[in-house]
Parts: sequence; structure tokens; C-alpha cells
Amino acid sequence: MASELGAWGVPLAIVAGAIRVSTPFIFVSLGECITERSGRVNLGLEGTLVMGAMVGYGASYLSGSPWLGVLAAGLVGVALGALHGFLCSRPRVNDIAVGIGLMLFGTGLAFFLGKPLIQPTAPRLPAIPLGFWSHTPQVEDALRVNALFILGALLAPAVSFALRRTRWGLIVRTVGESAEAARAMGYDVNRVRTLATMAGGFLAGIGGSFLSLFYPGSWNEGLSSGQGLMAVALVIFARWNPLRCLFASLLFGGASALGPALQAVGVTSGYYLFNAAPYALTLLIMVMSSSATRTSADQPAELTVAR
Amino acid sequence: MTEESPEPESPVRATSPAPKALTEGGRSPGANLLRRLEPLVISLAALLAAMLLFGLFLACDGLNPIEVYGQMFRGAFGTWFSFQNTLQRAAPLMLTALCTALPAQLGLVVIGGEGALVIGGLAAAVTGLAVHDSSPYAVLTSMFIAGAVAGGIWIALIGALRAYRGVNETISSLLMAYIAIALLNHLVEGPLRDPASLNKPATRHIGDANMLGSMPGLDVHWGLFYGIVACLLAWVLMKRTVFGFAAAMTGGNVRAALLSGLRVKRLTILACFLAGAAAGLAGMVEVAAVHGRANASLVAGYGYTGILVAFVARQNPLGVIPVALLLGGIGASGGLLQRNFNLPDASVNVLQGILFMVILAAETLYGRLDVWAFARRPSVEKAVSAGAVA
Repeated sequence: MASELGAWGVPLAIVAGAIRVSTPFIFVSLGECITERSGRVNLGLEGTLVMGAMVGYGASYLSGSPWLGVLAAGLVGVALGALHGFLCSRPRVNDIAVGIGLMLFGTGLAFFLGKPLIQPTAPRLPAIPLGFWSHTPQVEDALRVNALFILGALLAPAVSFALRRTRWGLIVRTVGESAEAARAMGYDVNRVRTLATMAGGFLAGIGGSFLSLFYPGSWNEGLSSGQGLMAVALVIFARWNPLRCLFASLLFGGASALGPALQAVGVTSGYYLFNAAPYALTLLIMVMSSSATRTSADQPAELTVAR
Repeated sequence: MTEESPEPESPVRATSPAPKALTEGGRSPGANLLRRLEPLVISLAALLAAMLLFGLFLACDGLNPIEVYGQMFRGAFGTWFSFQNTLQRAAPLMLTALCTALPAQLGLVVIGGEGALVIGGLAAAVTGLAVHDSSPYAVLTSMFIAGAVAGGIWIALIGALRAYRGVNETISSLLMAYIAIALLNHLVEGPLRDPASLNKPATRHIGDANMLGSMPGLDVHWGLFYGIVACLLAWVLMKRTVFGFAAAMTGGNVRAALLSGLRVKRLTILACFLAGAAAGLAGMVEVAAVHGRANASLVAGYGYTGILVAFVARQNPLGVIPVALLLGGIGASGGLLQRNFNLPDASVNVLQGILFMVILAAETLYGRLDVWAFARRPSVEKAVSAGAVA
């Protein structure tokens, strides 16, 4: 199959992978971006992602409509975000610790409730064949794009606009830059942050539904392997800018596709090592984009994760 | 770390010795006793609340919670056999909990114990195979050292990234855990694979003579001894030495620590090394006492449960011992729940998740219960918490 394209199969597979694998990254990182701009970190989006995948699959199976599954996944994300927001609004409760707790809680609950969903097949999200102009099957396959990807790609500029140009965005940013100033202006800091966390949870839940409803497209316990967490790290790399989140997600999708792409052309020896590429890349990027002596000017001043 | 955080690092603050030394002398013994009891009472209350919530969860599933808890107790502590199983599971939990609890004294949240465990186990297996012709003592000693040093370096790397590059240690440690697991899979599938291991790739066996045996009078391997001793040593180190004082000072206020001339970077890396050494030791014990070889069975979630143990113990190395027993017991009873109630194995994860959330939520109760209000540090604490609440 790959012989027809020769070595070109690898970059093509990486592009295809970037489009296919990046969607959950886009949604989770945009969600985390909103949350972090309000000055709080939700490390638990990994749990939200897995929970969203399970609920989305279940709702799609029961209702027969994958889009209802996407909605249900978003709503369960809102619920988990509300839990995080509520707990962190109590004094002395640390948002990073609650995030770790939520990660374990979300995955545990999803595995528990998702046990009966491993067998049945739920209706999946349809793909849009953008590669109809090409006669090469690989190109057609690579451009079979899911609507959620397009939605995510459109969402990035929308979130960017909302944060920069709307009243709501200004409130979120004020709370994230200086809780004191926001309080002086009469805004309830904890409420804004909780709402921002719920919005982030909504997007992360949708990102999860993509995993179970499109690619890989089934529910099992090994569905997510740290994508939610990588997306959180990716927000730091993207310096809290939604547009950069989109590009970083594409980069990560490509890195995640490296292992399977090389395997497809016959390079099998370092399969597990290539699978570790996205983690190593995340780490490398964090090392390069962090600094021990100064904090990035783009970083919300109330944030504790990157200091 | 470069800036003072506006919200208090709660687990560290409550145990930092500096304010204690300020106030302990001038207060009646009763008040001091009460203040010491506060964490115990709040943790027990949180445990009860978590059991109640999980009970509700079970009731929604159509089960009788009391019956399930009864079975869990029997499965964990009921018989001598099940209690030994609990002890066996508690041993690695004590060591992986230290991987979170030691850096926590400096205000760091390291959650990569699973990675250090895997690397420690891998290094121990490789070393054990390399010297397997020597006497069992020599084999086990070199495995011990290899596991601890490899795990230590693994987490020390995270500490160094934090100290010199300001990389967030929580995220980097978890990423490193994924990398460690990928490394393990790569090595046992490829270069280190025992050709005889067909369906479950593994390294060769270190040899039955070289296995870590049971403690006298018990059917529990020596890992339990390692775990308890490590917790005791960690407690002495953190509460009774200059190193521990410096760590607590750094955890309380980095700027003050830097101004007093403490070498915070070195302190960070050293604490992370010790933390990783503990988790690496857990990996060595799993290889030397349980599996006899390194394979994917090392990735059994002890590292993640260890995080929970550390948080429930409020990062106190002594508290880790009973909490590890409790969570080891919950883990040990998981199989019984599966058989008797047809509950999925993830029910243990649900209980752990609920417990984690409730324990963290209970953090807000400190200093807010009327009984303890008078026993709190008066001026310092009020100023700090007012700053955090406001």
C-alpha cells in the first residue's frame, strides 16, 4: 500500500495523523486555556477526557445519534468542571491537588460505568471526504476529516476573539491577572473561575467524545494515554493563546502519528520508543519554554502552574 | 518557586516546624494535644464521608453497602491470609507514597512515582541478570542499589529541570512516567526479551535462589521491612535534621529560604533523588520478591495509588504507614468484590477517587472548627489565611 507513494507515505501519514489525532488536543487545550486565563489550573482534564469518551459512546449507543453523544460528553465535562471549581473555591484547597484527584476519580468512574460499553458498537460520527479531488487512495484517506476537527479549528479564533474583544473575556482575564482588581470591580472571583473551569470541562468532554466516536472510534480502558495531560502542558507552550493552542495541537497530533506511520511503512523496531515521542516532545518543549528566573509575560499572573 | 505563591501550600504549611517552635512553649499542654489531634480527626471524618459517598454509589448500583464493606473488611484484614496479602500490597505503596511526600516538604507536587518504580524495577532486573552467578546476597544488594539509584536519578532529573529551568514538576513527572513505561515496553519487547516468554514479553528470570525471601514468621516479603524503615528514616530526616528544617523552610517560603542562604536548588534535587530512590526501591522489590523479572506487570498502578496515600497522610512520612495499610487493604479486597458482587475491578478506583476528592475538600476545615479555633497559632496564621481567603 505504501509502496505506491514510497517514502512520501510517511509525511502523508503524519499529516493525516495530525488532522486525525489532534482534535482531542485542540478541544482540551482550548478548554484549559479558558480555565487558565481565569487564573486556575485544572490538571484533571485527563479524567474529563476519559469520562467524556465513555459518556459520549454510551449516549450515542443508547440514543442512536452520535451528536447527542457529543453533547452528553460536553455536559458531563461541565459537571466535572463544576466539581473542580466548587472544591477549589473553598479556602486552602489547592487546585493542582484537586486536579490530580479529579484525574483519578474521572478515569476510575469511567472504567466502572463503562464496563458494559466495551462490547457493543455505537454509531460513530460521520467523516467529510475533503480528498474527493484526488485519485490516490492514501490522500483521500488522509483528508477524510471529521466535523469536530473543523469545529475545533474554527473554535480557536472564536475563543481568541472572545477572550480579547468581549466583555466576558475581559472579566475572565481580569480575574486571571489580578483577583484583587476583579474583586474591587465587584466581580465574584470564585464564581468566574468556576464558570471558566466548567467551560473548559465542556470542551474537554467533547474532545473525549471524539476519541470514542471517531478515532480510534470505540470505547476501551486504554483509549486515552495522557492526551488530556499533554494538552495541559501544551497550553503553557502555547503561552495561553488559543490560536497557538491550535497550531501546537496539530504539531502534537503529527508527533503522535509518527509511531503508527513508521510502522505502516515497515519500520517496526522502535515502535514503543516512537510512541513515546509525544511525551518526549512535550517535555522538551516545556524545558525550552520555561525559565527558572522569569515568568512569561503572557502568563496570567494569578496562575501557579508555571512558576 | 521563584515567586511566593499567593495561596498557601496547605499540606506543607500545616507541618512546617517554624511556627510550631514559636508557639508551642507558651500554650497549655491540652491545647497542644488538641492541635495535634486535628489532622487525625479531620482525616478520619473525611474517610467516613468518603465511605458514605461510595456507599451511596453502591446503593445506586443496587448493592447493600454494609454487606460490601463487611466483605471488604474481611478481604483486607479479616483473616491472617488476607492480612498478609494487605501487608504485601502496602509495602510498595509506602515507598511510592514517599516519592510524593518527600518533595512535598519543599512545596513540590511530584506525581511520577510510577515512572521511578518502573525504571527502578528495570534497572534492578538488568543488574540482577548481570551478576546472577554471584551469591544471592551480592545479587540482592546490587539490585537494591541499582533500583534505588536508577529511580533516584529519574526523579532527580525532574527536580533539576525544576531548579534550573523552572519546568513544572507535576506535569513533567507524569510525562516522564509515560516515557518510563514506553522504555520498559521497548526493552522487554526487544533487546532484553527472554525468548521463552511468548505471550507476555519479559526479561529473563533472575533465578529462584536470588529472590527476595519472606520475613521471619510471616508470609510477607522483606519489601514491607524496607517500606517501614524508609518511612521512619524519611520522618527523622524531615522532622529532626537540619536538612528537613531547610526543606520545610523552602516549602514555607522560598524567598526567605534563599535569603537565609539555603541552597534551594541542591535541596530540591536531593529531595527528589531520595523520593525517586524510594519509588525505585519499590520497583526492585516487585522484581526481586514478586515477579522475578521485569515486565508490564510492574505497571500495576502502585505509583498512582502512592500519590493518594501521600495526600491522605498529609505528606507526613509516619502517616504514610497506616494509610498505605488501609489502601493496600482496599486493593487486596478488590478481587473479592469482583467475585462476590460482580463489581468491576474499577470499583476500587472509584472508591480511591472519591476518597482523594473528599480528603482534599477536607483541607478547608483546618482551623475552622470551633473546638480547634483557640488552639490555632494566633497572629501569624490569621494574617496568612486572611490573605489567602481575601
